[in-house]
Amino acid sequence: MSVVPTEFPAGRRFGDRIGDRVLYGLTAAAGLGAVALIIGIAYKVFDGSSLAFSKFGFGFIVDEVWNPVKNQFGALDLIWGTAVTSFIAILFAAPLAIGIALYLTELAPRVLRDAIGALVEMLAAIPSVILGLWGILVLGPFMQHDLEPFLKSFLGWLPIFSGDTNANGGKGILTASIILTIMAVPIIASVARELFASVPADLKDGARALGATRWEVVRGVVLHATRPGLAAAVILGLGRALGEAIAVTQVIGSVTQIPNSLFGTGDTLASRIAAQYQGYGSNLQASSLFYLAAILLVFSLVVNFGAQLIVRRFEFQNTGGS
Amino acid sequence: MTDVDPRAQQLFLTDGRVRRRRIVNRVMEGLATVASATAVAVLVIVVVSVVRNGWPALNANFFTTSPSFSAFGESQGGILSSIVGSVILVAFATLFAVPVGVLGAIFVSELAPRRLANVVRLALDVINGLPTIVTGIFVFSALVLAQGQSALAGSLALAIIALPLIARSTQEVLRLVPSSYREAGLALGAPRWRTVVGIILPTSLGGILTGTTLAVARVAGETAPLLFTTSLAATTVTWDPTQPVQSMPLTIFQYAEQPDPSFHTKAWATGAVLLFFVLLVSLASKFFLARARRKLSG
Repeated sequence: MSVVPTEFPAGRRFGDRIGDRVLYGLTAAAGLGAVALIIGIAYKVFDGSSLAFSKFGFGFIVDEVWNPVKNQFGALDLIWGTAVTSFIAILFAAPLAIGIALYLTELAPRVLRDAIGALVEMLAAIPSVILGLWGILVLGPFMQHDLEPFLKSFLGWLPIFSGDTNANGGKGILTASIILTIMAVPIIASVARELFASVPADLKDGARALGATRWEVVRGVVLHATRPGLAAAVILGLGRALGEAIAVTQVIGSVTQIPNSLFGTGDTLASRIAAQYQGYGSNLQASSLFYLAAILLVFSLVVNFGAQLIVRRFEFQNTGGS
Repeated sequence: MTDVDPRAQQLFLTDGRVRRRRIVNRVMEGLATVASATAVAVLVIVVVSVVRNGWPALNANFFTTSPSFSAFGESQGGILSSIVGSVILVAFATLFAVPVGVLGAIFVSELAPRRLANVVRLALDVINGLPTIVTGIFVFSALVLAQGQSALAGSLALAIIALPLIARSTQEVLRLVPSSYREAGLALGAPRWRTVVGIILPTSLGGILTGTTLAVARVAGETAPLLFTTSLAATTVTWDPTQPVQSMPLTIFQYAEQPDPSFHTKAWATGAVLLFFVLLVSLASKFFLARARRKLSG
């Protein structure tokens, strides 16, 4: 912080004192407003779910029935769908994104580096609804006619690749996971790129002087030095995948049931809320949607704090706790 | 060659180990390159799909008329009402978010005691990580349940998403403002507020612009927060922010689910317009960022 004179001369103008007060008041209101906002969001979401909570309790989380006709609601299938799609997305996205970041910091010639870096950033800027549209009309048919039969013919002996590929027009868990991968990659890549660029050149030069190949420098120095940061980056990508509602609801098929194959349809927490925006039949159903939002809110908080905790610990280790 | 020490020569021979290391290196370099190529290819495929499929519908009529539907369930007319709606939504969201974001950033970086600054920063981070559907459902319960859907409710949800982006970019550029500027202001006997308003804010204008454009690009394409706040709108042009309005993202979302292919073409075309706008604004944001950095560090 800057140097502030602590004692003002006695003749200070009244207007200046008022001005300082007003400035402090306005900025504090904005800053504390943000704090109040997040508390308000949490309150409203939990408050909205109270009806469903009083009816189902924590059993809601482990109940797999979602039946508006019988007024019976549970989140297990949706939690499962969220977990599976996000997990697959991260499984694809983390190595891809780290590869991209390595290419951009270690391999690419200068001209390509700026161009490809900008293109990867553009990928992050594509609105999710457009990716979803592409998912329905281009990726879906491709999955149905090409990729899924191909996977089935090679890996069909695995139960997860054994489902019916023609049942739902290419919509399903795997298609949703691929769309989520496309969303998570640029997020992880941009953080990873910054991390890699921050590795001191001395360390890399040292490894090179010992005769290490480029990959050995990366594995031994770059990846080693940035491991915790990378973990945080991947968690951030996971947060994005967990909370995506629109694109997933467009391509996942929106069916509540735990499918035994990745070609099958499913649903996620966020996607279920989005899908029922204009059609909830009862207060209990509306409240159950709030309950889903509350679970999602808790997930996103855990993810957020998890990433921060990792970064903190990393900084603590690096600076010896100073 | 004969007078070279054979042990030295050994170093440069590709024995098994060295060869294996080289091969591993090559493979890894190849994989990294392929990863980058994949990302670029996906971007190109998506953009080309959007433009090529939307092209047939992109004519003057598309921008100047509002949707209508034929008796056979075909889509006719353009997306004027959605464009107007999106403009209203984004304009109000920016109007709400910029003052709060900038003032909040000044509080965090310039005025707040450290502890409090950390709390505000944490709150902004959490808001930033919030799934946008949760933001939407919050505004639904806080506003829409009592007063019904409106463009203002949608803008509020978008403003919540824009707030942390603007606050963060402003904070980043405030950090770059040399402390000698602040000290110079104070040394001249200027009060705190004059230093902030007269020196620090003008210096960090570039960062505020960066954050604002970034936020505009982000919220213009947001769909989830609009579902619960401004989705049930008339298909005619409305400039009244107290009424629900149509918007480009929701139009794409709704048209994509229609069975008739005429809607799909309109959805692609709307996607092309939205994508063009979003990418243009993102580029502007990059430009502002580069300029702000250059000015402050150069």
